[in-house]
Amino acid sequence: MQTDLLQEARRQAEICNACRYCEGYCSVFPALHAERAFSDGDLTQLANLCHNCRGCYYACQYTAPHEFDLNLPQALADVRQDSWEDLAFPQAAGRAFQKNGVLIALATVVGFALLFWAARSLASQGGEGFYAVLSHNAMVAIFLPAFLFPLVSIGISLRRYWRHVGAQPLKPAHLAQAFRQAANMKNLKGGHGDGCNFEDEDRFTHARRAVHQAVMYGFLLCFASTSVATVMHYALHMPAPYGLLSLPKILGLSGGLLLVAGCFEMIRLKLRSDRNLGASGAFGGEIAFIGLLGFVGLSGLVLYALGQTALMPPLLALHLGAVLAFFLLTPFTKMAHGFYRLAALAADAQR
Amino acid sequence: MNQTADTPDIVVIGGGNAALCAAITAAEAGARVLILESAPKPYRGGNSRHTRNFRCMHHGPLGPLVDSYTEEEYLADLMKVTGGKTDEHLARLAIRTSEECLPWMQEHGVRFQPSLSGTLSLARTNAFFLGGGKSLVNAYYRTAARLGVEVHYEAEVTHLELDNDRIAFVEYAHQGETRRVTPKSVVVASGGFQADTDWLARAWGPAAKNFLIRGTPYNRGVVLADLLDQGVEQVGDPTQCHAVAIDGRAPKFDGGIVTRLDCVPFSIVVNKDAQRFYDEGEDVWPKRYAIWGRLVAAQPDQVGYVIIDAKSLNLFMPSVFPPIKADTLEELADKMELPADALVQTVAEFNAACGDTSGFHPTELDGVSTNGLTPPKTNWARPITEPPFYGYSLRTGVTFTYLGLKVDERAQCAIGNRPVRNLWAAGETMAGSILGQGYLAGFGMTIGTVFGRIAGKEAAAHAN
Repeated sequence: MQTDLLQEARRQAEICNACRYCEGYCSVFPALHAERAFSDGDLTQLANLCHNCRGCYYACQYTAPHEFDLNLPQALADVRQDSWEDLAFPQAAGRAFQKNGVLIALATVVGFALLFWAARSLASQGGEGFYAVLSHNAMVAIFLPAFLFPLVSIGISLRRYWRHVGAQPLKPAHLAQAFRQAANMKNLKGGHGDGCNFEDEDRFTHARRAVHQAVMYGFLLCFASTSVATVMHYALHMPAPYGLLSLPKILGLSGGLLLVAGCFEMIRLKLRSDRNLGASGAFGGEIAFIGLLGFVGLSGLVLYALGQTALMPPLLALHLGAVLAFFLLTPFTKMAHGFYRLAALAADAQR
Repeated sequence: MNQTADTPDIVVIGGGNAALCAAITAAEAGARVLILESAPKPYRGGNSRHTRNFRCMHHGPLGPLVDSYTEEEYLADLMKVTGGKTDEHLARLAIRTSEECLPWMQEHGVRFQPSLSGTLSLARTNAFFLGGGKSLVNAYYRTAARLGVEVHYEAEVTHLELDNDRIAFVEYAHQGETRRVTPKSVVVASGGFQADTDWLARAWGPAAKNFLIRGTPYNRGVVLADLLDQGVEQVGDPTQCHAVAIDGRAPKFDGGIVTRLDCVPFSIVVNKDAQRFYDEGEDVWPKRYAIWGRLVAAQPDQVGYVIIDAKSLNLFMPSVFPPIKADTLEELADKMELPADALVQTVAEFNAACGDTSGFHPTELDGVSTNGLTPPKTNWARPITEPPFYGYSLRTGVTFTYLGLKVDERAQCAIGNRPVRNLWAAGETMAGSILGQGYLAGFGMTIGTVFGRIAGKEAAAHAN
């Protein structure tokens, strides 16, 4: 962990602890006020609890040009970003991708290339629909490891996180509270329910919360679609393709639309917001990640629309290439924040 | 939405709580309003930026407030701190009107928080702003903008031309030029003069040069001086200011809430000669907080030094600057530039005078006192023996001054015995009309809100 980032966050946390005006905004402040001295682990926990709603920044009488120069959203974002790079497994991949939009784009291109190559080189073995392009077995051979590796990697990282912040053994009640708070994003409501200050300086809006919900639930619906399809394939012996009114299609279509709209709006919102209140130098990596996620959704929708045309094979390769890149990059991009955020909320529930 | 306010109906001077309440009220009554705020935008809001609560009368649970807080109880609290130096008629008006202010504040964007951790337990009497005073100020500026109120930042009003019994024009410096506006009504809400150290020193004596100013550096009393010079009636004692003892390492201006120190009751406080000078355990801290500013101001070089030991460190709110820490008293004296022998002796005398400490109770008057010591410590007197030892320096921090414009119940200013026909005052500028001395937490915001709204209403009625 970078000591200068931690030192700066510590300096600011100590000023916040003497002030306490922001107590009601989010979970960060009650957690902060419970301490008198802040260990590196405490700061990492506070940083991952922070949703970057920026309410405290605009309420703060000590922001620049005041000599105390408080910018807690940025100080915590920097520590948070650094913690993701530091706790990543393997660490080098975290350091490479987290902040680097160009590398994320390159990885996506490599994903495309790999799938085009696979479609050409691995015989289809006479399947139907998508499987005419790439056999079911080939898809499983590529995506099973690409799905399991990130899970293992994130699992290791979360264990490290749990130890680093000094959390207690996890109980179902802590997890339930964490999921509840993530489900309605309580910490983006601003304490008073008017929302956060992401969009337009000190004006409170629900824009970020709504957009984030669209991305999260859109992604979860898409994920559910794939999961349902997997169950249908293996357990019920109902292989794809599925009709419009089938569960995988209903989930996938609604999820895809939400995901694409959410990612599009999230990028628009990020471009409007003040970059100085986010992690230094991470803007490119964040935008590239949202772009990739949005592309996964969009290419899926286009593939659905044009699946019966001659464009299907290249579209399929693009979509699967993006999905592959997305899966493999999950532990090393902004996607990881969801897992750390849940961990932080669960650890906070123990307080 | 923003109308040009080249010839506004009303000019509001100042940009804090009272000014914004006046501007919003006037704009809602249909007046075109121009706010002239001397601070740049990041520092807008005057001392309101640093406030955090609103003292409010209520008959039953109201917003974040529990129970009830009656007019008589509120007034009694005010009488206690002012020693009766208040205009009871205006005080009752402020107290009575505060009840309708709270919902008004909420309607205009102010958000309160349910309750607060820390040492203050004011859930019944005071409503705390979520995010503090700056968030209140932000909400009001948003509301004002929506109502078409125009704001000029870094607009320093230099002169109000008094023509017989009305203000003829307002002169101000803005963007490198001097401008003159001729509004129908003027509301002055530009605070006290505490940021003008020379004025403070004229009133207080040279010791005031060593005072720290807890709030905005923009309350220099320019408009106040201009109006008083022209004979507008004044109220309050120029030598009076609200002064508390704050961390000696605080910035000269604008340190705000974080510079307060709550450790005095668990300490001994010495001057630069390492001599004690007052009973540190006289009463619970919020009650005695304000008197220590004056006590420290009366000591050589206007400094004091708080000495505690390890067992007291976690008994008070965390401080913004870490305490000076040492393993021995000699070392602590060295680090704090105090005479080591004298400090060791003072502590030894104090320790020897401490008796049975088994009744020690940090949050209430526990009667654990010294015997035969001058000055005594009448509560929380525990020997200072457990290393490491900790120290803080203390200086006098000025919150606000009391000298101001005398107003009537319509917030109108006067000259001789006649009202100035188009001049109203609100907030700290006229608080001396009610608060003769002392202070009651959250009462400044009450005065500002109540009289800001009155001034805005009257100014708009006159303009229409």
